[in-house]
Amino acid sequence: MRTLLNILVKELLQLGRDPRILPILFIAPVIQLTILGYAATTDVRRVELAVCDLDRTAASRDLVRRFTDSSYFRLVANLDEQRSIDRWLDSGRARIALTIPAGHAADRAAGRSAEVQLVADGSDAMAGTLGLSYAQGVLEQVAGTNGLRLPVDLRPKVLYNPDLVSRNFMVPAVLAMILMIMTMMLTSMALVRETELGTMEQLLVTPLSPGAIIVGKLVPYALVGTVEILTAMPVVLFWFRVPLRGSLAVLALLTMPFMLCTLGLGLLVSTLSRTQQQAMMISTFVFMLPQIYLSGFVFPIQNMPRAFQVVTYAVPLRYYVEVLRGVFLKGVGLEVLWPQGLAMLGLGLAILTLARIRFRQRIG
Amino acid sequence: MIRRVLAVAVKELLQLRRDWRTTFALVAMPVVLLLIYGFALSFDVRDIRLAVVDQSRTRASREVIQAFLQSGYFVRVADLDEPRPLDRLFDRGTAQAALVIPADFGADVAGRRQTTLQFVLDGSDSQTASTVLGYARQIVGSAAAALYDVELKPPVVARPLVWYNPDLSSSLFLVPGLVAFILMVTSVIATALAVVREKERGTLESLRATPLIAIELLVGKTAPYLLLASAAAAGSLTLAWALFDVPVHGSIVWLGLVTVLFLAGGLGWGMFLSSLAESQQVAFQLGLLSSMLPTLLLSGFIFPISSMPRALQVISHIVPARYFISALREIVLKGVGPEVWWNDALALVAFGAVVLVLATVRTVRSL
Repeated sequence: MRTLLNILVKELLQLGRDPRILPILFIAPVIQLTILGYAATTDVRRVELAVCDLDRTAASRDLVRRFTDSSYFRLVANLDEQRSIDRWLDSGRARIALTIPAGHAADRAAGRSAEVQLVADGSDAMAGTLGLSYAQGVLEQVAGTNGLRLPVDLRPKVLYNPDLVSRNFMVPAVLAMILMIMTMMLTSMALVRETELGTMEQLLVTPLSPGAIIVGKLVPYALVGTVEILTAMPVVLFWFRVPLRGSLAVLALLTMPFMLCTLGLGLLVSTLSRTQQQAMMISTFVFMLPQIYLSGFVFPIQNMPRAFQVVTYAVPLRYYVEVLRGVFLKGVGLEVLWPQGLAMLGLGLAILTLARIRFRQRIG
Repeated sequence: MIRRVLAVAVKELLQLRRDWRTTFALVAMPVVLLLIYGFALSFDVRDIRLAVVDQSRTRASREVIQAFLQSGYFVRVADLDEPRPLDRLFDRGTAQAALVIPADFGADVAGRRQTTLQFVLDGSDSQTASTVLGYARQIVGSAAAALYDVELKPPVVARPLVWYNPDLSSSLFLVPGLVAFILMVTSVIATALAVVREKERGTLESLRATPLIAIELLVGKTAPYLLLASAAAAGSLTLAWALFDVPVHGSIVWLGLVTVLFLAGGLGWGMFLSSLAESQQVAFQLGLLSSMLPTLLLSGFIFPISSMPRALQVISHIVPARYFISALREIVLKGVGPEVWWNDALALVAFGAVVLVLATVRTVRSL
């Protein structure tokens, strides 16, 4: 126990002397979170709309106004002939084009359904899909004001994120990603640096057991991770105003097994690489990128092919993202999130065991 | 001049041949990464977990449920008699949408009265939620028409047409971006290490003794990598076409031209970093950070630039992948020519020129 404490103190002293540590601790997470939080939004706002009104009547102008008044569309062009639509969509200046054929007012006056044409740009699949569904909504409104209602009215009730703001969904996940990158990278780089400098050898000839060395090396970085979270949390809560419906205690508790995983991965990476460059390469390509893409951070897991869905069960970030979203948006506690906690704990122990075996082999 | 550039290029090629691992990684890595991530990236919502609360239990209610299940978008995960257990299903994520059919639904339909259905959905993922709601509206619309046996005559109906990507499949939109992302990262890192390696080994000194000027050295060193990166690009784009059905509607020649411009910019950026850094490690870190994050976040690959705050939109103008992705989508999906994407190509040329000048200036100083 005393030896463990000694090595802890030594590590902390060493960490404290690193001039880069303060910016890494307090500035990096805030900057990363701010930029990522703003950039990582999948909201499609104000789809660029080109209108070709061939009818030019009060009725057709009214229809156009319905589109432009709904905050979903931004009118970018008023075209005189349908052929011009090509140019606007081809160049990407418009994402959706509405054509109102001549005879629109006459059709409506006679009580016939007047047909309009909507052309969406599918090359931006997100804007295309949403643009079409917004347009459908506008047309339903038109029907509603004309006294026409579907006999069955569908009343949607949106839970957890009623205004459908993508930021509430993305920012907690960004927090998870930053925590993972920082702890994993810092740990692996620090350990490899010792190997490169040859100071690891010196540690090994002390009477310390490899287990104690590992614990002594990892605990300081767990502290670093904790500080990162604490610095980043105010940005999440007060700057991005992501609602926190659950308890911070649950979040703190479930952060521990996640850090066990990331620190373990850092250690594992360090045992797999000889130079800091290799460590960075391995942690980026073998561990980081797959975790970002396969955690459901941006791309929902349910949309993936079956085989990939199975792989995601081995991704610690997947569980932690679920935990963060659960605590922030859904306000659930351990009664719901215990399987995620257990999974991370299991993965963490497995990773650490693996890393320890590799560490031993390295020494031997 | 040309002879000296060629000489450097040949020397670099020989070196690359001896270091076959790097060469292989450069060419194979993009293809492998595309193969792995191409499948994982998708916004196409499917297998929506639907809980059904049927309090009516009539023929009409069953028809509505069938309409949902037969649409192919929904899978039923729970069949309940009352809505109370829904909370738990949503909290656990077992269900992400629920259809609640009130007790008097059957009677309303039989009596041809106006009625309502409730549709509860998990809004945490706003993007998925909007899509799911759109599906539900469509399904209920057509189911209602069938149940009441009425032909609805809304005042205005839309004839929707989707150009360039009729199925609105998100992979056609994402895979070109992924190709750009992978090529950017690999090309920057490839050259970021090239000059530094010579610095570390001290062979830059011997190059200094030759009559080479900085620009000849840079062009000569970049050329072989451009060759390799072009091969990697050709492989990735072929894979995108063969495996992910990304069509090439435009001209292959233009596609090649824009790709080479983009690669030259990426390689040039790597060269510039190489001239800044003193060790391979620093070069690698700079290369990774400056290529990966901006390309992931600010290129329009995943996140629409138009939804970002003004400041980030401005910054995105110095990210070369932004122009490449835009031109790539325009060429392969829309099949349009330079009259549309000339400004993207111009921006790529400008980026390449600026980094080449920067790298030359830096190298002159260190030579």
